[in-house]
Amino acid sequence: MIDLLFYLIVFPGLLFTAVLGLVVGWVDRKVSARFQYRVGPPFFQNFNDFFKLLGKQTIIVKDSVKSMFISAPLISFGTLTLLAMLIGMPLFLGEGFGGDIFVVMYLMVIHSVMVVLGGSSTGNVYSSLGAGREIKLLLADELIFIIVVLIPVVASGYELDLTALINAQSSGAFIGSVHGVIGFIAGLLCIQAKMTMQPFDIPEAETEIVEGPLMEYSGPLLGFWKLNHFMMYVVYPFLLILLYLGGFNLQGWGILWAFLKYLLIVVLMIILKNTNPRLQIDTALKFFWRILFPLVLLGLILAVVGV
Amino acid sequence: MSWYNKRLAKSLWVFHVSASPCNNCDIEILDLLTPRYDVERLGIKLVGSIRHADVMLVSGIVNQKIEPRIKRLYSQAPKPIFVVAIGACMTSQGVFKESYNRCKEVKDVIPVDMWIPGCPPKPEAMIEGIAKLIGVLNE
Repeated sequence: MIDLLFYLIVFPGLLFTAVLGLVVGWVDRKVSARFQYRVGPPFFQNFNDFFKLLGKQTIIVKDSVKSMFISAPLISFGTLTLLAMLIGMPLFLGEGFGGDIFVVMYLMVIHSVMVVLGGSSTGNVYSSLGAGREIKLLLADELIFIIVVLIPVVASGYELDLTALINAQSSGAFIGSVHGVIGFIAGLLCIQAKMTMQPFDIPEAETEIVEGPLMEYSGPLLGFWKLNHFMMYVVYPFLLILLYLGGFNLQGWGILWAFLKYLLIVVLMIILKNTNPRLQIDTALKFFWRILFPLVLLGLILAVVGV
Repeated sequence: MSWYNKRLAKSLWVFHVSASPCNNCDIEILDLLTPRYDVERLGIKLVGSIRHADVMLVSGIVNQKIEPRIKRLYSQAPKPIFVVAIGACMTSQGVFKESYNRCKEVKDVIPVDMWIPGCPPKPEAMIEGIAKLIGVLNE
């Protein structure tokens, strides 16, 4: 019991994920700044931002559904903490329980649902627009993401346990095969869409609908939304590492190797973010359904055949 | 409290209120985000919604139409909020002093914390103003 609380609050869970997420958020801002020939923010910038937001006044919108408005960021924060624990335990400690991949899949949808509920609870036009776009983006990427998770399951001989998925890759990571490469690329693009980062930042378009669902949030609640975004910088790449790159081997040089794997995914995400302009919602839907879906289906068939 | 003020000084998020300006100040404000000046070094970020802001940057001339809007934006902002008035129009009503459609000075509408004169003020002057605000917060 004490062990589980420790896992949830300190190591693979809350504290570790939040601190690592804030640091990686700084890496994102710094690299983006260097892309634009700027200097970029100092190292503790995201920590300062978060603590500053915690101390600001929270304005609860008069016409909003107050319970939903307040609970949406907190529920999302809770699910992301749980996700960090569920994904971190097989990765770092080699523990898990049967069928936890389903729990992970369900918990991942909750964040998007909470963005939709929180955005539409305010009654603001821009927030509702952003919430609607979030639903459309969820429709676009969810099926692809399910198949991306399904490919390693098939390739490992229908294992539904995250620990078993890592053990199945002990001889060689899934990215070494054709279906692995296809799944990894599709997974990277799905993460980009789920985190609403640049080519797919349609729901939170800052210059168009002023951060969409987050527009009316202020103070600590906004701080939690920002923290959720930074925690996703850890949760989603870790899942991709678990599914395709063979997890972490934390002995000797393995630590450096694990660090490089994580850095590879984060840097790929940042490069994608900085080199692509925002798509329209119909273009994004077409991209996911017409291009990525047949590709991922091919990957799934290849995985069944065993190429 | 001083601990919190130091955090606040290191991450000032700015919301820009265009109170019917001639766009001259606005262009200079956007200059601050470009590689030459890059205020993100100081943790300053331009945000799109007043609910996220710590600094309200007002530029332009206060007339009948804009007065209630400035008041409303100020009341919508989460406190603590700092108001920085930019440009000659804000400080002394500039070339619009004798104009028929001006109504009040901005200091009679909302409390102003800092004035940055100039038509338009140089980006260096604006950074100096912000640095002074940061210095006050750090005390």
